Amino acid sequence: MNRYPVWKYTILVIVLLVGVLYTLPNFFGEAPAVQVSSAKSAVKVDEAVRERVAQAVKAAGLNADAVTLDGSSVRARFENTDEQLKARDAVQRALIPDANDAPYVVALNLLSRSPAWLTKLGAVPMYLGLDLRGGVHFMLQVDMNAALDKKVESYAGDLRGALRDKNIRHGGVSRDGQAVEVRARDAATVTAVKNVIADQFPDLVVSDAGDGESARVVARIKPEAVRKVQDQALKQNITTLHNRINELGVAEPVIQQQGADRIVVQLPGVQDTAKAKDILGRTATLEVRMVDESSEARAAERGAGSVPFGDEKYSDRGGQAVVVKKQVILTGENLTDAQPGFENQTQQPTVNLTLDAKGSRIFRDITRDNIGKRMAIVLFEKGKGEVVTAPVIRSEIGGGRVQISGSMSTTEANDTALLLRAGSLAAPMEIIEERTIGPSLGAENISRGFHSVAWGLAAIAVFMCIYYALFGVISTIALLVNVMLLVAILSMLQATLTLPGIAAMALALGVAIDSNVLINERIREELRNGASPQAAIAAGYDRAWATILDSNVTTLIAGLALLAFGSGPVRGFAVVHCIGILTSMFSAVFFSRGLVNLWYGRRKKLKSVAIGTVWRPGADEASRAVAK
Amino acid sequence: MEFFRIRRDIPFMRHALVLNAVSVITFVLAVFFLLHRGLHLSVEFTGGTVMEVNYTQSPDLESVRKAVAGLGFQDVQVQNFGTARDVMIRLPAQKGVSSAQQSERVMATLGADKAAGATLRRVEFVGPQVGEELATDGLKALAVVVAGIMIYLAFRFEWKFAVATVLANLHDVVIILGFFAFFQWEFSLAVLAAVLAVLGYSVNESVVIFDRVRETFRRQRKMDTEAVINHAITSTISRTIITHGSTQMMVLSMFFFGGATLHYFSLALTIGILFGIYSSCFVAAAIAMWLGVKREDLVKPQAAKGDAKDPNNGAQV
Repeated sequence: MNRYPVWKYTILVIVLLVGVLYTLPNFFGEAPAVQVSSAKSAVKVDEAVRERVAQAVKAAGLNADAVTLDGSSVRARFENTDEQLKARDAVQRALIPDANDAPYVVALNLLSRSPAWLTKLGAVPMYLGLDLRGGVHFMLQVDMNAALDKKVESYAGDLRGALRDKNIRHGGVSRDGQAVEVRARDAATVTAVKNVIADQFPDLVVSDAGDGESARVVARIKPEAVRKVQDQALKQNITTLHNRINELGVAEPVIQQQGADRIVVQLPGVQDTAKAKDILGRTATLEVRMVDESSEARAAERGAGSVPFGDEKYSDRGGQAVVVKKQVILTGENLTDAQPGFENQTQQPTVNLTLDAKGSRIFRDITRDNIGKRMAIVLFEKGKGEVVTAPVIRSEIGGGRVQISGSMSTTEANDTALLLRAGSLAAPMEIIEERTIGPSLGAENISRGFHSVAWGLAAIAVFMCIYYALFGVISTIALLVNVMLLVAILSMLQATLTLPGIAAMALALGVAIDSNVLINERIREELRNGASPQAAIAAGYDRAWATILDSNVTTLIAGLALLAFGSGPVRGFAVVHCIGILTSMFSAVFFSRGLVNLWYGRRKKLKSVAIGTVWRPGADEASRAVAK
Repeated sequence: MEFFRIRRDIPFMRHALVLNAVSVITFVLAVFFLLHRGLHLSVEFTGGTVMEVNYTQSPDLESVRKAVAGLGFQDVQVQNFGTARDVMIRLPAQKGVSSAQQSERVMATLGADKAAGATLRRVEFVGPQVGEELATDGLKALAVVVAGIMIYLAFRFEWKFAVATVLANLHDVVIILGFFAFFQWEFSLAVLAAVLAVLGYSVNESVVIFDRVRETFRRQRKMDTEAVINHAITSTISRTIITHGSTQMMVLSMFFFGGATLHYFSLALTIGILFGIYSSCFVAAAIAMWLGVKREDLVKPQAAKGDAKDPNNGAQV
């Protein structure tokens, strides 16, 4: 009755193997590494860069364990920090000719030491939370109202243009909060305005319109479009943050959306909050200026003369010098969107810009007065300007929709659009939460957490082995398997381990032993009531199962609620708590039964089981009677 | 080894009335302290700045307090935690002043005395709106846990058990909170997690006992409700004590080795475990008894048909 079929043992063995495999990477520790990532949005890190890094390391007579391309960065692993520092210098020399205008960020980093074959299987160590490794944590709140205001403002401008195109006379278009308001003279105008909105502005909905003398049409953004605007604003802010944080050269920054309007930024290893904040808050700016077409300026572009007064010289992406006027026509603030696209007639790749109302007005005036001249779009990153593109103005451009075309490839159009978007924040942000944890405190937290789990586990193991003899040993093994599976699953999920997470692990182990105690007590009880050993084992496991299921499901309900409503440390706690309950059900019932079956299952004439003393009231009295 | 040699069922329910009165008094006291003193909420709930500063030599707290108060901060708390060389400074949130400015000013003042060797170990700033959200989210989580557990228990057992269990466990939770209010221990997010974990954990206890009650009702047809409950508690008491002992060992290990961060977390769990045993034996079972749990509530007609292994299954006279 106590035998498992082969398939059950097969499952057990497979689960154990997978558990071992995915737990392993956590034991290898971390190796010093050099990380190369892009410093500018225009520079890409690819296989060629990896090759250059590998060569630079080799040329310096150093021996890298591995040079890998990982997403958007190249990482080279070394034996010790000594080689790491030398390698950083070598790579820096090879990749960055001019320190003032660095295309790449070369940073020191720590990488898992686990062998490549494990990494290839997807077995990577758990990610340690900031409280365990030290660093800075920010929570930023995006001002969605500002993003919506900006959008409504641009709709108001667009609507004004559309009404003019249709020759509809109105009493003015204005933004009233988050609605566009058009004053109309009569009912006919109201209908005409409504028709224009219905035809050309699918994202707007007319919410109320009056009739009579002072009739008004009030249009609002549709709820689904509002969501889209907010979503885009958040995404663009995240992209911009990515670009800015790259400058810090942080090893593994975490930039995540949280909820509808918040962004969490975690910078492990960074201690200088002031600098981090400075960079987070810095605006990469975009400026539109006119190219100076005078002969002196042309000469300066060729390098044959000095830059005329009132002008500045920047280079474009091909390295060509462009002399532009100092006067700024437009800034990135007036740009609401930039998307790659295609020209209707020629099917050439283009970049389509959308300007807000103020921007479109200025742009119309400038383009009307400067047909045939060149206009430069300059992006300032880290205080250095670069000409993104300098097209010739062909005609007056109104309506705030600007199309930049020229001899561009599709990729170039994509990159330019990205660059233009990257410069600006879609909506202002403010820091609403901030944490800094020193690196030594992080190391202390790890050792504290580790010790509390280890000592607690040891105490339970000693007690179980003494109290329940062989069954106690089996329970202890099941508990260890539970720890292993828990760690393996957390590593697989790439969950972030925090101190509350470790606490949850300790608590989960304390609770996990409950299932084993339930089973062992039940077996003893069956033996006390006179059941045969084999029957007692079977009945013990079967009867305890219903109880274990009920009690674990209720605990799981609590865990899931924590997961749903918790944030930060509570969430970290809840993840481990929930997974711990699941693994404990597996290890305490399925796995420990497997071990018991393996040990006792094949013995036909089993006289007794080693489960500690089984006291029988009857036996006690009988022995006393004999003594008399 | 065998700790529990129990010959007859222990009459737990005989003293139920007295103990329930004690429970009610403790509960009322806890509520009183909660209302009167309130919880000493951590910065996560209130918003503000917390700084952890480490000194090479144990500093004079009074002078630190003066130095910080000299910067114009109101309601500043300065206290030791962990060791005498670690100082925790709490500043309430200020309008118009960013956290960075706050912490930088404080550190500039404290670091001016070079001999003291003050180093910043941790800064935490939380805006008030985040705190408000955390408080409401915590209450939501509590409501969902209670509702979820009640529905599950009502489905698996009977509504009387669901009510009894939830009342018993809320009693535990309120008493833990009462302890935190009485001693003015810091109530942080980790403690909140512990309290909610206790809720799940202590339900565990009641479920194990009710499981036994149901089983005993099925087996022993002659016992009355009180005897059944006594029998159920007696036969699971060894498991109850051993399980809680093991969990407590883990929690004690966290208490002693986990450092300042896990200190109150493990304290909350300890109180939860002690009251968990008490409430599942005396409160939950007693409430179920007062609610008038009967055999018919648990032994459903289809269960009475017996199992297929029984050779007398379906036999009738």
